[in-house]
Amino acid sequence: MIRVQREDFDPARETQALVEGKHEIGGVVSFVGLVRDLASGGAISAMTLEHYPGMTERKLAEIEAEAHTRWPLAASLIIHRYGRLEPGERIVLVATASSHRDAAFEACRFLVDWLKTKAPFWKLEETPQGERWVEARAEDDRTAQEWAQPKSKPEAAE
Amino acid sequence: MKLIYFAWLKQRTGTAEEEVTPPKEVTDVAALLEWLKSRGPGYAAALRDLSVVRVAVNQEFARLDHRLEPGDEVALFPPVTGG
Repeated sequence: MIRVQREDFDPARETQALVEGKHEIGGVVSFVGLVRDLASGGAISAMTLEHYPGMTERKLAEIEAEAHTRWPLAASLIIHRYGRLEPGERIVLVATASSHRDAAFEACRFLVDWLKTKAPFWKLEETPQGERWVEARAEDDRTAQEWAQPKSKPEAAE
Repeated sequence: MKLIYFAWLKQRTGTAEEEVTPPKEVTDVAALLEWLKSRGPGYAAALRDLSVVRVAVNQEFARLDHRLEPGDEVALFPPVTGG
């Protein structure tokens, strides 16, 4: 499930709703991304996330579908916010649920790594020196590239 | 053809969205970018370094040799920084 929204979300409630009634699920892994008050260039007071409505949802759905082909997931959820956010605020929630923990852990990591480099979002930071667009990090590209070929073992034992 | 700009490409071109009819010889993404550079100093500045410009055609990432059709939606933006 994909949601792109301006509003905040409640990670506990979202995770609960994701697994509700699905008793084949043995574990759910979630990642919550937050706005830091320190970026590579120094202090930031806020950031504004811009996105490409339409393409954003399409890319997130593709990435989610890819995770489901690689791991035996019972459920998954990606919520990504846009608009102006201050330090401490939630940006993104990725949650994956599966019968076994390995699939849930790996798929969650995969989704976070891929959405950082494939979903059309851009961050504009507010700093004491003025506004600055965040530059893509080569390290993020390399991390995403490591997932280019499936490497998981979906049938891994508990 | 509909063009959409995001992040600093929107700021430097001074344009969020526009309808354009490029000349007939503009048949692919590379030719479109070259033609756009000729449309003013803001465009030339925004497109000076194409290594930091990404292009999507009809909401899919596209390479420079991607062929264009008159009704396409073409988006120009920097490398993405979400998550």
